[in-house]
Amino acid sequence: MAIFPFLWTLWGSFKVQGDFFSKADWANAVYGIRTLAETGSTFTLNGYNNAWIEHEFWLSAINTSIVVFFVVIISLTIGTLGGYALARSGYRYALWLLMLALVFRAMPHITLVSGYLLPFFQWNIWGHLPTTIIVLVAINQPFTLWMLHSFFLNIPKELDESALVDGCNRFQAFRHIIIPVMWPGVITTGLFSFLLAYNDFAVTAMLLSQENQTMVPKIASFLGSTQQEGEVMSAVAAVVSTTLPLFVLVMFFQRQIVSGLTAGAVKG
Amino acid sequence: MPHRTFIFFILPSLLSMILLIAIPIFSAMTQSLFIAHKQVIRVSETCDPFGCKKETSVDAEATANLREKEPLGIFNGFDTYTNRNHLAAAEIKTSWNVATGWKDLFSRIMNLPFYKALAFTITYTFVVTPFVIILGFLIALGTNSLASWLKGPTIFFSLLPMIVTPLIGSLILFWMIDADGIIGSTLQRIFKDNDLSLKASPALTWIMLIVYGIWHSTPFAFIVFYAGLQTVPQETLEASMLDGASLWQQKRYVVIPYLMPLIIFVTLIQLMDNFRVFEPIVGFNASANATSLSWIIFNDLRGEDALQLFGSAAATSMLTIIGVGILLIPVLIMIWKEFNSKTV
Amino acid sequence: MKMLSKITLTSTFMFLLVHATYAACGITSGSIRILANDFPAIHAVLSAAEKCAGGGVTFTKNTTKEHRTLVVAGLTANPAEFTSAVVANSSIVPLLNEGLIRPLNDLVAKHGRGLKKNQLITINGKIMAVAFMANAQHLFYRKDILDKASVGIPKSYEEILSAAKAIRAKGIMEYPFALNTKTGWNLGEEFINMYMGYKGQLFKPGTAIASVNNAKGVAALKMIKSLTEYSNPDFLTFDSNATAALWEAGKLGLATMWGTRGGTILDDKGSTSNITSNTVLASAPTVAGGSTPATTLWWDGFTIAKNISDKDAEATFIAMMNGISTEMVKANNNEAVWLIEGFVPGKASAGVFASASAGATPYPMLPYAGLLHSALGSELSEFLQGNESAQQALADVEAAYTASAKEKGFL
Repeated sequence: MAIFPFLWTLWGSFKVQGDFFSKADWANAVYGIRTLAETGSTFTLNGYNNAWIEHEFWLSAINTSIVVFFVVIISLTIGTLGGYALARSGYRYALWLLMLALVFRAMPHITLVSGYLLPFFQWNIWGHLPTTIIVLVAINQPFTLWMLHSFFLNIPKELDESALVDGCNRFQAFRHIIIPVMWPGVITTGLFSFLLAYNDFAVTAMLLSQENQTMVPKIASFLGSTQQEGEVMSAVAAVVSTTLPLFVLVMFFQRQIVSGLTAGAVKG
Repeated sequence: MPHRTFIFFILPSLLSMILLIAIPIFSAMTQSLFIAHKQVIRVSETCDPFGCKKETSVDAEATANLREKEPLGIFNGFDTYTNRNHLAAAEIKTSWNVATGWKDLFSRIMNLPFYKALAFTITYTFVVTPFVIILGFLIALGTNSLASWLKGPTIFFSLLPMIVTPLIGSLILFWMIDADGIIGSTLQRIFKDNDLSLKASPALTWIMLIVYGIWHSTPFAFIVFYAGLQTVPQETLEASMLDGASLWQQKRYVVIPYLMPLIIFVTLIQLMDNFRVFEPIVGFNASANATSLSWIIFNDLRGEDALQLFGSAAATSMLTIIGVGILLIPVLIMIWKEFNSKTV
Repeated sequence: MKMLSKITLTSTFMFLLVHATYAACGITSGSIRILANDFPAIHAVLSAAEKCAGGGVTFTKNTTKEHRTLVVAGLTANPAEFTSAVVANSSIVPLLNEGLIRPLNDLVAKHGRGLKKNQLITINGKIMAVAFMANAQHLFYRKDILDKASVGIPKSYEEILSAAKAIRAKGIMEYPFALNTKTGWNLGEEFINMYMGYKGQLFKPGTAIASVNNAKGVAALKMIKSLTEYSNPDFLTFDSNATAALWEAGKLGLATMWGTRGGTILDDKGSTSNITSNTVLASAPTVAGGSTPATTLWWDGFTIAKNISDKDAEATFIAMMNGISTEMVKANNNEAVWLIEGFVPGKASAGVFASASAGATPYPMLPYAGLLHSALGSELSEFLQGNESAQQALADVEAAYTASAKEKGFL
């Protein structure tokens, strides 16, 4: 039940618009009648060709990879530092900060992004990938901090405290004791950061110029203001191309993901 | 941890949040208290491909001069919050006086855009959240007791709905539930009603959006609970089994209390995210039947020929934050208690 | 000899240098940055304009559905993020209100000799935009369906109602009619079009006070409701993509659609030849015995930003003139109803021309029209769903409009 829509879309991506979106008979999508009429066979790579080659979807794929890579790395770096501090603080203001982070998370993203437009245009940083990367990192910090601080709470205090007693400063304790054991939690949080950056639409659609677009806004642009012939199938093919790598990733990493969640024991 | 070290560790994270979240929130808050200066209008001769005529237009220079003196606008206090497009205080007062009964009062209030959106948003939040938690928990329990070779694929399939971005996921489903699409026509066949259309009736649209919300968010709960289940200490479970507890009692008295912090975490995230629902409404073109608070903001900022209503969007955003805050109070109290018990 | 070769070398070098910095359109340098909506006609114009890039001239374009959200902020910055924004009657209004675009009189005098008079959008004599295409919603009908139902070609909405009734009675189609009634911008547009057919005034003359809650408004709303009774019950989700798809699948006998859909519908992809050959584009219908077609005329054109250097402004203007050249029109004749010299009207543009000749009104370029349009789009669905009376719906529209207008300083 979970997978049926994807299978349907995957099947349909090899047909033409007249079939997949047939208002005459949905079964056309199964048999590919108009695909046969328009391209000579019941399967066609037209959608994929259109998207990847004509519209240079491969550029968007590269942009997405760049954005996702940096968002995950930066998010995790500053998130682990922050989460560690919040977990080990012991003072009440740590809790207040976490509550504040929750309030931050409650703000609708569209309002935030609209607020960014004028300053970004003025300082000439609109449309560049680094700007979007920083924005995505910042918007997702509250969630990252919460998850990571939970993980750190479960690493026994004695571990790094003994390092402190032995003469290390906080940062050294963090680096030599905590980092080796924090990976399960980091992998899990990294997964969510990855998904958030990969799938984001609100921020990327408004803050990236046309040539820098990542995959999701590019798909929206295939649909455009008016859906043209052939463009819709590019969108369908692009949707499949965007989702497939995720499937593969999850399929191969699901064991790591679960063991990550387990070993760190998300105790909250 | 000494304060200096704390600041040092948390600085980059805090800085990014202050710059990119706190300052915009503060600026939105300020903006919601102001409205634009009176525009200076004059009549001009406008010519376009179809002819010339005399039409009113804005005297941009005069208006700009007014704005330069007071860039923020005219101070409106909380009037934007109480105007018809938001809390509609005056309209509610009139309705209260004029209404012929509870039902009439209710329908008058539902006529106001903010309350219409609020109704759907609250329904959505309070239906989707418990379903997600319960379903996620059940699926996690189920997967946990499967044979190990089945576990992998089941986890994979259960994670799928979460992986796709909502805008695209809802678009795919929108195509499928159309009366001529595969799901739409199958439903018509099942219910033997050729006029059945999920898109036409408000009730069905609400149900469709809620089902989509549950479908999309359950994997999140599932994966968190599943991981938590791996860490339930076996000894406690075995001890309870020895004591003669049934399967259900085991779950209730051992597993659930152990997972309580996780359940709180998932509830927190779900309440917040569901209250801000808006992508499915756009993806399903459902705004005739269902609107949400975030959708109203989206509409104000869209600039679809309308001039962008920044003040109005800011006010609705503030109301959203307040709404989320109210929703979260019980959960926050629980977290506060836990924190206190931990630091002691 | 040495002297000669030196001279030859130097002059060749100079020659190459000059040519290296001389772009295809005669611009030597400048930065051209365009923001536009995303549809085929605009792509055609911008691709032609892009030929001016190279040799010291940089060219970037952003065609996106989100252009309206970006344009005001983008042009307010100094220097502006975009040197030109492609606009229509409605989207030029925020730019005029905020004073973000510059008058083009001197640029037109210098580089715009090929422009026709009706391409110039002027306000009090100042040229604020150069239009290149026109569009309008008008009637599409299937000749074979009308013949089967033994009805003549409808010229008014009342005739459409009886034609649809006949088509349904003969069992040919259950829902023979559609218009773009999706809640939001589309629905607002349908109301405004119908209201224009009744010769209604959207605002009290000379003021920003809305005046749609009157007999003409109610009549217009009721006409739309009667029409939707012949539409598929999903009509509140029908934008122009949905209606065009329905048409191409042969599910409609009559429809009110945008003229720009004509090209896609009449081509040989996505539909059967039976449907395509029987599709005829006609003028928008009149209503209530009036003579004005119940539609509004739209133009699309380009503007030049104010907050940019004069050099960039000139380069952009030259590039855009290249984009709307006769060559471009000859290569893309059927993409739109071009206002440019060299356009050959065909079957796909018949409807727009007919509506314009019949005296349809242009969409009002009023500063506050967009706010009313928005209010109409959100508040009218309840009436169409049968949940409230027409008067109540229109009263709600005026109230919603008044609140937004107060916020924007118009009231």
